[in-house]
Amino acid sequence: MTYKITVEGAGEATCYEDERALVAMERAQGFGRLRGLARKLPVGCRRGGCGICRVLVLEGDYRSDPMSRSCVSAEDEARGLVLSCAIYPLSDLTVRLETPCLNKPGILPAAQTSGE
Amino acid sequence: MALTGVLRPGFAQLRVLDMEKALEHYTKRMGLYEVTTGHDGRVYLKCGDEFDHHSLVLRQCDQAGIDMFAFKVASDADLDAFEARIADYGFAVDHVAAGEQPGMGRRIGWTIASGHRIELYAHADLSDPKPMIHNPDVWDLEPHGMAARRMDHCLLYGQDIEKNLDFFTKVLDFKCAERVDMPDGLLAIWLTCSTKAHDIAFVKYPEPAKLHHVAFELKDWHAVGHAGDIITRYNISVDVGPTRHGITRGETIYFFDPSGNRDEVFAGGYTYYPDNPTRTWDETQVGKGIFYYERKLNDAFLSVVS
Repeated sequence: MTYKITVEGAGEATCYEDERALVAMERAQGFGRLRGLARKLPVGCRRGGCGICRVLVLEGDYRSDPMSRSCVSAEDEARGLVLSCAIYPLSDLTVRLETPCLNKPGILPAAQTSGE
Repeated sequence: MALTGVLRPGFAQLRVLDMEKALEHYTKRMGLYEVTTGHDGRVYLKCGDEFDHHSLVLRQCDQAGIDMFAFKVASDADLDAFEARIADYGFAVDHVAAGEQPGMGRRIGWTIASGHRIELYAHADLSDPKPMIHNPDVWDLEPHGMAARRMDHCLLYGQDIEKNLDFFTKVLDFKCAERVDMPDGLLAIWLTCSTKAHDIAFVKYPEPAKLHHVAFELKDWHAVGHAGDIITRYNISVDVGPTRHGITRGETIYFFDPSGNRDEVFAGGYTYYPDNPTRTWDETQVGKGIFYYERKLNDAFLSVVS
C-alpha cells in the first residue's frame, strides 16, 4: 500500500505504509521528484523534536507520533500544522511546507566555507 | 596542577517524549545501563566506565530538550565557595536537597546568560556497573551496543555566549580551548575544566536554553564505525558522520534519540593543559573546524536544536 504526498508547488512523493511522511519526501527529493522546491527540503532530527520539517496538511488523513510542544502546540496540531517526520499517511496527502524561521539574522555565516 | 574545583561533567537531564523508546535507545543501542527509576518517573542511567550513580537523567515531557547540565566539584567546601562567587557575579543561586535525585548529594543551581540551568554537586553514591578497583579487569560487564564509556560533554545553544565565556572562565575557572569568531562577533566557544579539549561548549543562537547535543565517549575510531553500523541497522536518525571535528579533533557521529534530542558518540581529541593558548577559527575555515572532512557546515548544524 502506498500513498501519494503532494508537496504544494514542488512535486509528489510516494509514501509507504507506516512510513514517516518526511522520509518519503526526502526520498522523492533524492529521485528528483520535488523539483519545484526553492531550496533543499528542511530535514532535522526526523523524530519530532526540532521542528524544522513543519508542514500544514491541506488534505488527507494521517496518524501521528508525539511531537515536541515547543515546536507544535496542541492547537497547531489540531488544525494540521504538524511535523512531517511525526506523521504517517492514512490516505493521499497534500501538504504545504511551513518551515519555521530558524535561520535568524546573524546566526548563519555570511558565506559557508566550501569543501573545495 | 592537579584538578581542583570543578572536576568534570556529572549528569545531563533530558526531556523525552516517549520514555519506553528513549530507554531502548540509550540502553540497548548506546550501551548505557538503567540504574533506577525515581518516584516521579525520572529514569537514571549511567555508562559502564563511570563510578558515580548516574550521568544521564530522562524525564518524560511533552517537549524535547535539556533541563539542566551538572558538574561535579572536588569537595563540599567547593560548593559553598562557588555559591558565593556565582552570587557575587550576579546570578541567583538555588539549592536542591540531597536525594532529590537518587544517589546524589546536595546541589546548587542557577541560570546562565544563554538561558541554561547549570548545577554543581560534590557527592554521588557509587552504582553498578562501575570499573573494578582491585585487580581490575578492563570491565565488569562486557560492553554492548555502541559501548558508550562515559557521558563526556554537551553543546548548548543560546544568546549572549560572550557572557557565558566570561562567567565560566572568571567564576568556575574554566579555560577556553577553542573559539570561532565571525565578522559580526563570537559564534562559538569550547570550554574545559580538565585536560579534555572540552567539557561544555556553546554556540550563539537567537532562542535561549536550547540543546545541540549531549556527547558520549567511545574507545576509538573502530568503535565509532561500529556505532555507525548500529545506527543504520536500527534505523536511528543520523545527522552527520562518521567524520571528524577539526575543533577538538574528535572522531564523531551526530544522531538523534527518539525524541529528537541530538546525541554524539565520539573518540579521540587532544589533551588540553591550562597553560595552552586558545585555538581560534575564523569565517573562512569554520566549516573545516566543525566537520573536518566535509569542510563545510551541514544545513542542520546551526539550525537544528531541541
